Amino acid sequence: MLKMTHLSKVYRTHMIETHALRGFDIHVREGEFVAVTGPSGSGKTTFLNIAGLLEDFSDGDYLLDGVSVKGLDDNARSRLRNEKIGFIFQGFNLIPDLNLFDNVDVPLRYRGMNAAERKQRIEHALGRVGLMSRMKHYPSELSGGQQQRVAIARALAGSPRLLLADEPTGNLDSLMARGVMELLEEIHAQGTTIVMVTHDPELAARAQRNVHIIDGQVTDLDDAPRLGGELAAATAATTVPAN
Amino acid sequence: MMGYYLRLAIISLRRNRILTALMVAAIALGIGMSMTSMTVLHMMSANPLSHKDEQVRRVQLDNWDANDPWDEDNPSEPPDLMTYQDVRNLVAAHKAEHEAGFFPNVLSLEPAQREIKPYMVEALFTTHGFFPIFEPPFKYGGGWSQAEDDNAARVAVIDQETNEKIFGGENSVGRKIRLSGEDYTVVGVLEKWHPTPLVYHIAAGAFNDPQAVFVPMSIGIEKELVSGSNNSCYEDRSDPGYQGLLGSECIWMDLWVQVKDDADAQRYLSFLNNYVNEQKKNGRFPRPINNKLRSVSEWLVAEKVVSRDARTQVWLAFAFFAVCLINTVGLLLAKFMGKSSEIGLRRAVGASKPAVFAQYLTESGLVGLAGGVIGLVFTGLGLLALRKLYAGTSIEKLAQLDWTMVGLSLLIALVASLIAGLYPTWRACQVQPATQLKTQ
Repeated sequence: MLKMTHLSKVYRTHMIETHALRGFDIHVREGEFVAVTGPSGSGKTTFLNIAGLLEDFSDGDYLLDGVSVKGLDDNARSRLRNEKIGFIFQGFNLIPDLNLFDNVDVPLRYRGMNAAERKQRIEHALGRVGLMSRMKHYPSELSGGQQQRVAIARALAGSPRLLLADEPTGNLDSLMARGVMELLEEIHAQGTTIVMVTHDPELAARAQRNVHIIDGQVTDLDDAPRLGGELAAATAATTVPAN
Repeated sequence: MMGYYLRLAIISLRRNRILTALMVAAIALGIGMSMTSMTVLHMMSANPLSHKDEQVRRVQLDNWDANDPWDEDNPSEPPDLMTYQDVRNLVAAHKAEHEAGFFPNVLSLEPAQREIKPYMVEALFTTHGFFPIFEPPFKYGGGWSQAEDDNAARVAVIDQETNEKIFGGENSVGRKIRLSGEDYTVVGVLEKWHPTPLVYHIAAGAFNDPQAVFVPMSIGIEKELVSGSNNSCYEDRSDPGYQGLLGSECIWMDLWVQVKDDADAQRYLSFLNNYVNEQKKNGRFPRPINNKLRSVSEWLVAEKVVSRDARTQVWLAFAFFAVCLINTVGLLLAKFMGKSSEIGLRRAVGASKPAVFAQYLTESGLVGLAGGVIGLVFTGLGLLALRKLYAGTSIEKLAQLDWTMVGLSLLIALVASLIAGLYPTWRACQVQPATQLKTQ
């Protein structure tokens, strides 16, 4: 699903060169739930941004769903992001002026779907996160946990093959965090590939596989899938329509 | 997607109402100022005969003094009026499709109704060619014929206002109207007609009202009348009487002709040159041949109908509009940069740069349209203030909003706001989603 080979990312200023990633290799298979951990400044977020086609890389190669993304122009990258990737951010990133329905609608608008199909997908996605009855509410009327559920619904509405989560529970208390994590596990169980960056070892432990990054390199590849994750992958349901 | 962008723009504009009001007000003020002065200029520089610009021509012959040009500042310019003898000769020669020679004066109108006191009316003493050339719209009847010109027949064409006053607005064709002690038969009644500028007789004021009564020029000659506006002579007349005036080089008449097209105008100009050469044999036209046959638009420029002051005023108003637009650019920039995280999110979930560009340019355009509509209200108020301030002057007549200016105002507001929105929108497109998403 996601394969990076000898990837490097260098930030250059007039004075200094910073190697955020160097010789970075990772292979995430379809249906996996991978937790990426590492200390602050290790390159986790840079990895996630490159994986999500939000940033370009300096060298190496990156195959997303079998397609090399090297040299793709902005339009092609936007299209790939829209069709294949769902994002979940630590800060939820909901648009405060739009109600839940319209927030979930955002990625679908850029795919050129007709109104009926969009409505069906939005209602289905909000139903999956348990917020169907609140679709006319605004983000400010929801708790943090509910806002993150809306963000997950937005990520799911486009039926992405890959879900990228950046500290998805970082802004939530433990009760809400548990709820969001259970939701991610449920989504994974239904067949979606998830890559989650986290600081929290407890959350990381619930993923199928852990990848540890230090100084821009993968230092510890825990390749043995945990039993729970393996079982989950094996019993993956296909309720999310493939795109 | 345009519907979606419009909806997002409305939501965004409603969210920050004060900022929106400031932007709309900046554009509205700019539009109001510039369109008020622009409307006056537009009315000044209009050409009510633009559809016949190639055909309708002003005749100018240079009959002035050999050593002293008519216009010392512009020696190549022939006199702007004509002598009676040249008008008479050229109308009689009838080498164009139509000829209209004329001069204005006044007649006393004595209504049959006792309750209306006699009053003076502006009259144009003209030839029958006036009506097909300038095409005043007739409500009833029409002009008169050459025979009536030749016989100084007491016939008259009256304007709508006079017909309302004297005949209660009825069809008065065939009825009598008493002018300066004589009965005239009404042959035509005009609809409301106010060519702006008054192209056919600019000498008395380009924005004056047209005359109320039109009668054959031969009557004016018979009554020994002269022009009520301009009369110029470059030498003392040997015969100071009226017959002396008719045979003199004094200029006091207008002459217009209608030709078929440009080629026909060239032919007519050759005819004029031949005519002047013939006249030279009689000792007239001491200056080198310098005849002109200007179209209406050329005539309006030559007569400087639009003053330099009016143009300067428009430039100043547009400079003010530019300042308003620069303010709008700043406000839009602040607004769009405040939406960086939303832009970052949209980019992350699949919006391309052109999609973001279209969304925010739509918002700019909407601000412009709202500014344009309110600017039109300001323009209306500005013109109303001008009409009050200059009541009774030509400016009062010029300060009228027409549909062309309404459309132009909205178009200028829209285009200006799109231009104002270009830089802020471009900056919005440069937002790095990765940075914005992490920093929220």
